[in-house]
Amino acid sequence: MTVPLPDYHTQSEAVRERFEALRARPQILRIEDLVKRFVVKGKDEATILDGINFAVHKREIVTIIGASGCGKSTLLRLVAGLEDCSGGRILMDGREVFAPGPDRGMVFQSYSLFPWLTVLRNVAFGLKEKGKGTSIAEAEARTWIDLVGLAGYEDHYPSQLSGGMRQRVAIARALAAGPQVLLMDEPFGALDAQTRSRMQAYLLEIWKNVDVTILFVTHDLDEAIFLSDRILVLLPRPGRVGEVIENPVPRPRSMDQLLSPEFLAVKRRLEELIHPESGEEDNKFHMLKLTQAGDEA
Amino acid sequence: MAYPDRTWQPFRALTPRQGLAAWVLSFVLPLGLWAVVSYVPFVWHPLMKVSSAGDSMVLQVGDRVDRADFEKENAGLKAEGKALAQGEPANPIFLPAPHEVAEALVTAFTTPPRRADDLWLHESLTKSLQVILWGFFLSSLIGVPLGILCGAYGWVRGAVWPFFEFFRYLPAPAFGALCVAVLGIADAPKVAIIVIGTLFQQVLVIANTTAKADRTLVEAGQTLGVKGPRLLTRVVLPGILPDVWKDQRILLGWAWTYLIVAEVVGSSSGITYFINQQAKYRIYDHVYAAIGMIGILGLTMDAGLAWLGRRLFPWKEAS
Repeated sequence: MTVPLPDYHTQSEAVRERFEALRARPQILRIEDLVKRFVVKGKDEATILDGINFAVHKREIVTIIGASGCGKSTLLRLVAGLEDCSGGRILMDGREVFAPGPDRGMVFQSYSLFPWLTVLRNVAFGLKEKGKGTSIAEAEARTWIDLVGLAGYEDHYPSQLSGGMRQRVAIARALAAGPQVLLMDEPFGALDAQTRSRMQAYLLEIWKNVDVTILFVTHDLDEAIFLSDRILVLLPRPGRVGEVIENPVPRPRSMDQLLSPEFLAVKRRLEELIHPESGEEDNKFHMLKLTQAGDEA
Repeated sequence: MAYPDRTWQPFRALTPRQGLAAWVLSFVLPLGLWAVVSYVPFVWHPLMKVSSAGDSMVLQVGDRVDRADFEKENAGLKAEGKALAQGEPANPIFLPAPHEVAEALVTAFTTPPRRADDLWLHESLTKSLQVILWGFFLSSLIGVPLGILCGAYGWVRGAVWPFFEFFRYLPAPAFGALCVAVLGIADAPKVAIIVIGTLFQQVLVIANTTAKADRTLVEAGQTLGVKGPRLLTRVVLPGILPDVWKDQRILLGWAWTYLIVAEVVGSSSGITYFINQQAKYRIYDHVYAAIGMIGILGLTMDAGLAWLGRRLFPWKEAS
């Protein structure tokens, strides 16, 4: 028997207050009528993103989720300034984005650490680029390395580290450059399941201590819910905003919440949005999960 | 249970011992073949080396003559009842035995040149080294930066590539006469031949290496605040340096192949002149020794550069 789950739309008083406070914060990033087209095979154009409108508030964690090919990575790259918009605009702290800049740090799935630099120099890279002297930059870098829990590995080369450690260096490197928004493009996608959930907890721990807003692309539902204040669901072909979910799961987060009614309600809604056409076989499996969850609750 | 035989399993890694054995074998096989041809009398040995002429009016001690001719001469002597010529099977003079070449590796250095104004072997080698290093240095001075610019910037590539692709097919020796006319007969035209032979390949090879640089590293650099040409010097360059180093080692090998051509342009010089002179005097063991020295020099230089590369780019090895 299925235990009925609360609709995530019916927010408790506490949740409603939380999001009112969030909406009152200044907007750090605004995306207005954003369109992105790619030229494929000569003249044909494919519309990847069509009319995206969205705003991110200061110190918020927003996850972007969608089926593969919905343009979520492209959206992040546009915000980073690594791609040019075909229409609309992106405002970062009120200024239109035309190029990459250190105010928008990025963490890539492939780590993208500079293999010729040690951990210390990788993390100090952005600081030096800002014009800080080597000794000051490296002293600051050490603090960041400490924060991501890699003290003692300063003189290692990236190739000597595990995937999880590399991604922590990448996060430290991005944060050290002092970004207002941290853009993360499926950063834990290449990690094994255990490391991934450890990294998610790490990320929240770091975020607690650092004044930074996070825009996080993922295709993992649990990850999207676990990390986020709000979840932006992109629908594919052309990529458009399906729904913006205000995540009712309270902070501080822990892995125990993965089976809480709020968590599962959001997860069910995400499933509906991302896989609307899933067949009966899928539904059976889906029900089974919910039943177990109900028992737990 | 025993492991199955994996000799023919593709891409199987060798143990260090197997690697060493294979390395030794790669030299032992050709040397062994050479030794068999040289020391086993019934293998090849198409000539007879005369040790005693007997009553022959034709043969002289030390001559190498065709076996058939030798036997015909002896048949004639026998018919006339004269003393027969003595001899032993021998190989042509242009195939000395391994031990003779080994000795020649020393004697080629210690034998003074027959003509007073000719150079000793070590002087010839030095001369060749100078030509090749100057040629390679000048070629790299233009080729490496230009190649990197071609790889990194589409507009440079567009302006340079088509012509270089065309020029690449013009054989460097074809410019010999022109180089001599313009640069005289001393070392300058030889250096020029090496530059012409190396430069155009160099630009294309280095450009390809640069184009293969990791794009996400460039993007990472951009999001960390690096802009414009600094992306090239701070992000692209350090990343491709080990591969450029490897390319340079290969290109230096190519430069060696142009050396021999370059050295016959204008007045013959260097190791090529030495080899030609020794061949003229029919001192073939010295010819082999000199050719061997080119191989030894090239291999030593490459090994040195490989060692230096490991020192310069420790991160490439670290894993």
